[in-house]
Amino acid sequence: MDIIVEGLLKAFQLIFSLDREVLTIAVLSLQVSGLATMISLFLGISCGTAVALTEFPGRNLVVSIINAGMALPPVVVGLFVTVFLWRNGPFGFLQLLYTPTAMVIAQAIIATPIVMGITVAAMQSLPKKLRLQILALGATRLQMLWILMREARLPLLAAVMAGFGGVISEVGASIMVGGNVLGYSRVLTTATVMETGRGNFDVAIALSIILLLFVFIINLILTLIQQRERPR
Amino acid sequence: MKTRKRSRFITALIISTILLSGLFRPVMAAEMKSVILATTTSTQDSGLLDVLIPQFEKNTGYFVKTISVGSGQAMAMGQKGEADVLLVHSPAAELKLVASGVGINRRLVMHNDFVIVGPSDDPAKVKGLKSTREAFKKIASSGKLFLSRGDNSGTHAKEKEVWKAAGINQEKEKWYQQTGLGMGQTLNVAAEKKGYTLADRGTYLALKKTLGLEILNEGDAILLNIYHVIEINPAKWPKVNAAGGKAFADFMLSRQTQDVIKTFGVDKFGGALFFPDAGKKVEDLGK
Repeated sequence: MDIIVEGLLKAFQLIFSLDREVLTIAVLSLQVSGLATMISLFLGISCGTAVALTEFPGRNLVVSIINAGMALPPVVVGLFVTVFLWRNGPFGFLQLLYTPTAMVIAQAIIATPIVMGITVAAMQSLPKKLRLQILALGATRLQMLWILMREARLPLLAAVMAGFGGVISEVGASIMVGGNVLGYSRVLTTATVMETGRGNFDVAIALSIILLLFVFIINLILTLIQQRERPR
Repeated sequence: MKTRKRSRFITALIISTILLSGLFRPVMAAEMKSVILATTTSTQDSGLLDVLIPQFEKNTGYFVKTISVGSGQAMAMGQKGEADVLLVHSPAAELKLVASGVGINRRLVMHNDFVIVGPSDDPAKVKGLKSTREAFKKIASSGKLFLSRGDNSGTHAKEKEVWKAAGINQEKEKWYQQTGLGMGQTLNVAAEKKGYTLADRGTYLALKKTLGLEILNEGDAILLNIYHVIEINPAKWPKVNAAGGKAFADFMLSRQTQDVIKTFGVDKFGGALFFPDAGKKVEDLGK
């Protein structure tokens, strides 16, 4: 128990002294996971909407693949991204392994199916006649999509939270493709693993608390946005 | 309505600035020539590299990407040309790497030693035994829990060497468990389960305060833990940053670095964690 109290104290100390090292790590976590979430939103919402609103042969198979992708294990993604990015691998010429960019790529791969799966479910839960009604009122296809997304904004924001939550808390892929290089590719989760290995449990707990705070604040903001215009 | 739109736009602008701002820094770092150092967990977990790497970067302008894994994985990375230089402690495997022509210029950097650690009440009664083989035999015959790294690291290789020397086939025994984790975490598991394990002295000392494990056997010649730097042959893997790898290897053997190694940890742990050995021969160590 003592160690948790020590960790709490350490967390406060690190946060309020604006410890440079911790600050860099925290900001990088936010940037990498934030950017990965953005990419996953772009890919996930667009493809998810397309799948939800169209009929084509093998559609059920595609949807099940997307849904299975929501459970994609980060280490598996990490391993494959590593092998592809090896400098003697197929994408080695990009020289991306052990960079923050590689971490963004891996995390985007993890988050995209999550966002896509929730998007498919959200779009399909809208009444089918709504589409006809919108089109009948003279909306263009793009306007229709926009209105549908607005209608589905509650579950879509849930998709944002799930996607971001999935990647900011992820460690397996980040440590493999980022390498945990100090001041460059070390993020909160990989630093926690390392400090645990070093027996610096107080620092590890402090980092975890900072991570939890982050996740809470961001979800609080998203929830406030989500609940602001709750449909009655 | 209009003001709300504007405030939204501003929020979006702020978020994207935060997201993109720092990314320029990593890009700059990547433009500097980088050196990939594959090394063992012990050099990282003891904190030695945290002291040495910044000095190397300042001296040479290279940017070091330290990938800290078990010696086995580090050497696999070298074998595939995915690292520029290795700092490892698994001599038998190192010689194979050199024999294959991929590893070149293998040079002795430093040593420390392995120790058998275990719970202070020492249920297998190994304390006081001179010979490490005897201690291993005692653990085996008492059937008390022994935790192995099980990760092909240098420490794991050494541990298997000692089991073999003691004539014990431990792999399938119930009291023998493999963690598959790094040294620090394996020590934590041993502490938690009150088991025995073989650890490098550096990591053990660095973690000692939280463990509650004691050194129960040390000093036997078989326990020597020897670190070498190995450069990766650019003739085998053309994409290797050979100049950077060589610069790092030279740096590890330089007078200045060897002095740092000699005093590293003295203030914090009351004793040196590593002993510098540049220019010495392996046969003369520990004498």
